[in-house]
Amino acid sequence: MSAGLNTGLNTGTGPGTGTGHRRPAVGQYAGDRRPTWPYPRATLGTAVAGAVSVPFLVPPYPLHQVTLVLVYVVALLGLDLVAGHGGQISLGHGAFFGIGAYTAAILLSAGAPYPLTLPAAGLVAYGLGHAFGRPAVRLSGVYLAVVTFAVAVAVPPLIRRLAPGGAMGLPVRTPDAPFFTGLDDDQWVYLLVLAVAAAAFTLMRAVVRSNRGRALVALRADAGAAELLGMRPAAIRAHAFAWSAMYAGVAGCLFTWTTGFVAPESFTVTLSITLLAGIVIGGLGTVSGAVIGAVVVTFLPAPGLVSGLALILVLAVAPNGVTGLVRRAPAFIRRDRS
Amino acid sequence: MIGQVFHGLGTGAVYAALALALVLVHRFTGVVNFAQGELAMVSAYVAWQLVDAGLSYWAALPLTMVVAFAAGALAQRLVMRRDGDAALIMTIGLYVLVHALAAQIWTSALRTFPNPFPGGPLGVAGPLGVVAVVLALLYLVIRHSGAGLTLRAVAADPRAARLSGIRVGRVHALGWGLAAVAGAVSGVLVAPVVFLEPGMMGGALVAALAAAAVGGFANPVAAVAGGLLIGVAETLAGTYLWADLRVLVPLAVLLALPAVRLGGLAGVRA
Repeated sequence: MSAGLNTGLNTGTGPGTGTGHRRPAVGQYAGDRRPTWPYPRATLGTAVAGAVSVPFLVPPYPLHQVTLVLVYVVALLGLDLVAGHGGQISLGHGAFFGIGAYTAAILLSAGAPYPLTLPAAGLVAYGLGHAFGRPAVRLSGVYLAVVTFAVAVAVPPLIRRLAPGGAMGLPVRTPDAPFFTGLDDDQWVYLLVLAVAAAAFTLMRAVVRSNRGRALVALRADAGAAELLGMRPAAIRAHAFAWSAMYAGVAGCLFTWTTGFVAPESFTVTLSITLLAGIVIGGLGTVSGAVIGAVVVTFLPAPGLVSGLALILVLAVAPNGVTGLVRRAPAFIRRDRS
Repeated sequence: MIGQVFHGLGTGAVYAALALALVLVHRFTGVVNFAQGELAMVSAYVAWQLVDAGLSYWAALPLTMVVAFAAGALAQRLVMRRDGDAALIMTIGLYVLVHALAAQIWTSALRTFPNPFPGGPLGVAGPLGVVAVVLALLYLVIRHSGAGLTLRAVAADPRAARLSGIRVGRVHALGWGLAAVAGAVSGVLVAPVVFLEPGMMGGALVAALAAAAVGGFANPVAAVAGGLLIGVAETLAGTYLWADLRVLVPLAVLLALPAVRLGGLAGVRA
């Protein structure tokens, strides 16, 4: 397997290198911990304040769309663990998303309280992620893409056949706002999704910085060397894939909470491709890539001329996506001045 | 039961031709081409357009092959500007793009495609014969022609090939062109069975990917055998067990592969 996507552009020479060494521009490889922005805390505070105030400023329909963006952020954070940090391609995350959505919908229609559906959806997707990931990562890198593609194709017909509602889909009730808060239901759902997305983000940071997370990045950089150092490629990649599938399943559950309706046609291979296109266009291996990608997934129409062209052009011109372009911009400007 | 097996072999011939195309592209350029099915779909539309314009089926077929070769080579030259993981994602972009273009040009209306082979169990000999002929022709081109020699040289060691003066990019385009011809065969074979529409190769692509994986994306004979096997297994499972089981057959084959470790898997590096 090649070194992966993010190593393609090690061309930036930051200020202060001075010695003639070329070092990679910030953010050009996963796990790069150099700060990219001088005011991280102030920015985080502003972002949190802005995110919490959104439901009180925005009318219902745009709020619904912003909620969906957060739902896809969770899914893309998961996909990024495999595709960005692991350097492997999954075409099955739409299926895991759908499995999570249906798990939540079936539990809700059986009368389960909605807080219970979140761990249930995550667990089911995690288990299936292990079941499919374990054999898939044993062979070469393309094999995971092929197996997950087969999963994505097989799941919608099975849902249509087996799940309640069949091809017609399954409407469920969305979470009600508790009486004491005085919020509208859609505001409450937005805040719930925001809380889960923030937790998912924090957890993913911990996962990426854990021993296994760094082992995953090391495996992508040089599988042979990593294996010689005692890392077990199959086990680490299978775990990463299962975690990634769990994130997709949790995102599917949030999708059910947000839309209150699930149908097999929503979770076809098209969704898997859209998710992959989103993370690639946003930028692999970065948080902002997941956020930009989620906006792309929400507002770009279903795969067609536009997204096909966008995917090819982004890979050809800017393999690190929009995030990579933005991060390279200062280096470009400096180079022009000197 | 025997009738079903023959029917399955007919379906399997389609998968085998498409799997052959996947193996060719992976062998010569190191990429699994997810757009292979869509290129085959376009070829089927080209054949349909030619027949619709008044050509006889057997005159349209070679013309279609020429167009398919050009389209495959052109797609490689225009799109495939990266290697490694990015190349795989690029083929997915190409898949989306070609699919959308076909839906624009030919709309998603269902069209019927002429079937040159007689019906019944014996009709299956036709598709199998076509696949055998294509396999033999590809073998001749790759083993016994100058272009085939450069292809094998590039597959063996792209850097050494480049250093000895071979234009690797053009040779990759040649590999894509040959693969597109094999894919076109599958498109033309499947078009009379399912209706002609932009999504017609979706199921065949999954089955062909599984079949090619049987040969480790490197062994053409194993890929053809895998294609026929999956075709028969799908038909039998769909007929005798449960109609929706068909979609699970390629997945089951893929998941069983690491455990079974067929000979062809030697080609897949861990």
